[in-house]
Amino acid sequence: MTFTQWFQSWGGEAFGWFLATTVLILMIALPLMLAVAMIIYADRKIWAAMALRRGPNVVGPLGLLQSFADGLKVMLQETIIPSAANRGLFLLAPIITFTVALIVWAVIPFGPGMVLADINVGLLYLLAASSLGVYGVIISGWASNSKYPFYSALRAAAQMVSYEVSIGFVLISVVLWADSFNLSKIVLEQQGHVLGFFNGFGFNPLLFPMAVVFLISALAETARAPFDLTEAESELVAGYQTEYSSMSFALFWLGEYANVILMCGLNAILFWGGWLPPVDWAPLYAVPGIIWFFSKILIFFFIFSWIKATVPRFRYDQLMRLGWKVFLPLSLIWVFLVSGYLMLTRYGA
Amino acid sequence: MSVIAHYIKTFTLWEFVKAHWLTLKYFFKPKATINYPYERNPLSPRFRGEHALRRYPNGEERCIACKLCEAVCPALAITIEAEPRDDGSRRTTRYDIDMTKCIYCGFCQEACPVDAIVEGPNLEFSTETREELLYDKAKLLANGDRWERAIAANIAADAPYR
Repeated sequence: MTFTQWFQSWGGEAFGWFLATTVLILMIALPLMLAVAMIIYADRKIWAAMALRRGPNVVGPLGLLQSFADGLKVMLQETIIPSAANRGLFLLAPIITFTVALIVWAVIPFGPGMVLADINVGLLYLLAASSLGVYGVIISGWASNSKYPFYSALRAAAQMVSYEVSIGFVLISVVLWADSFNLSKIVLEQQGHVLGFFNGFGFNPLLFPMAVVFLISALAETARAPFDLTEAESELVAGYQTEYSSMSFALFWLGEYANVILMCGLNAILFWGGWLPPVDWAPLYAVPGIIWFFSKILIFFFIFSWIKATVPRFRYDQLMRLGWKVFLPLSLIWVFLVSGYLMLTRYGA
Repeated sequence: MSVIAHYIKTFTLWEFVKAHWLTLKYFFKPKATINYPYERNPLSPRFRGEHALRRYPNGEERCIACKLCEAVCPALAITIEAEPRDDGSRRTTRYDIDMTKCIYCGFCQEACPVDAIVEGPNLEFSTETREELLYDKAKLLANGDRWERAIAANIAADAPYR
């Protein structure tokens, strides 16, 4: 009897399903918020360590409770709405960002069968929903009625749209190889993908460059350093968040980091075998898949923080050049290469 | 050839890999910052921190209201009013330092002929309101009482160089 069936056995067909799904959503969303808090702490610690600083170390043991202290502080602050702002949209924007950052997790497989919505076009849903995230940024920038958020919104729109193009092509090469848009199938397809031993498209020399392009595009997509032009503090104060305070600010904050974790998870799922162990060796399967998945997310988050600590921010024209004149042709050529290779080998010439 | 090398370097992200290797090495290095509230850097005996008015060991206040500090103060932060006390000695009735004006130049303690006004080693005297930074005589004398041992030790340590 599955989880949903147990609820349906006493709650009736429809209500039981509703209740089970609600509980499952909470089982994803609440730990996710906790993970965001800890990942912000980890981000600050890693960044500090690479700058020979200590990072937060006062609140709680080793400073582990720092994010909760920050969260509490933010919650106790006054919500300030600029008098010239468009009130409705101003408050709607962080809600959009936050909601979109949460709903994309519905299709993420945490382990074999551990997925809220095992839909066949999971990847498409993910791409569509995460593109909606840019609306939060644009609306907040416009509704603030302030010049810096507005510039930031313009940048965000251009940046996220440009990198989504190359992300799209990268995903197409993965989808071609996996022959499915379903994320669970994509993960399973990677079992013993290279030499029947390595689990992950990333180990395939033909797909490895795409893994790198995807990693970098993911940075741009989540507006993280070195592509954090939307909140370039030396030019734009804090970008689209400038006029926000209290919980509306916290929602941006949570949404942004939830997106970062999502992108780390996507890297793991699409190229490095998701919940599968890195190599196809029986004893490694004794470890639950969810632990492999989480440790891959953590490794990718470390890489994200590592990049943030290392690379200075790109100039705007450099960002656009990289997106349109390097990644777009590169990923396009790779789609040709991958589909050509598959034509020859899998489908016969 | 160099063109090819350039392209190889570009597409293998060679410079990025090198930079990341460097930051990874720094990641494991000992931290350069001290653990401030729990660890402190050493302070020079000449350190110019929060002001204090000192007393003689018998409890008599040192300040004789000569107003040299008030005269020398480049920020005009010191205000002194004085009149003879009942026993005939000249003492201040008012000795205010506006700590928001003070630039911590130390001229007041240089000017003082009796080592009464000094800048002690205390550097943690931030307040929540501006008014709390307008020090009066009572506050300055209290500072002197509180920091006397440290101040006396600092003056003794610096004496050979004066």
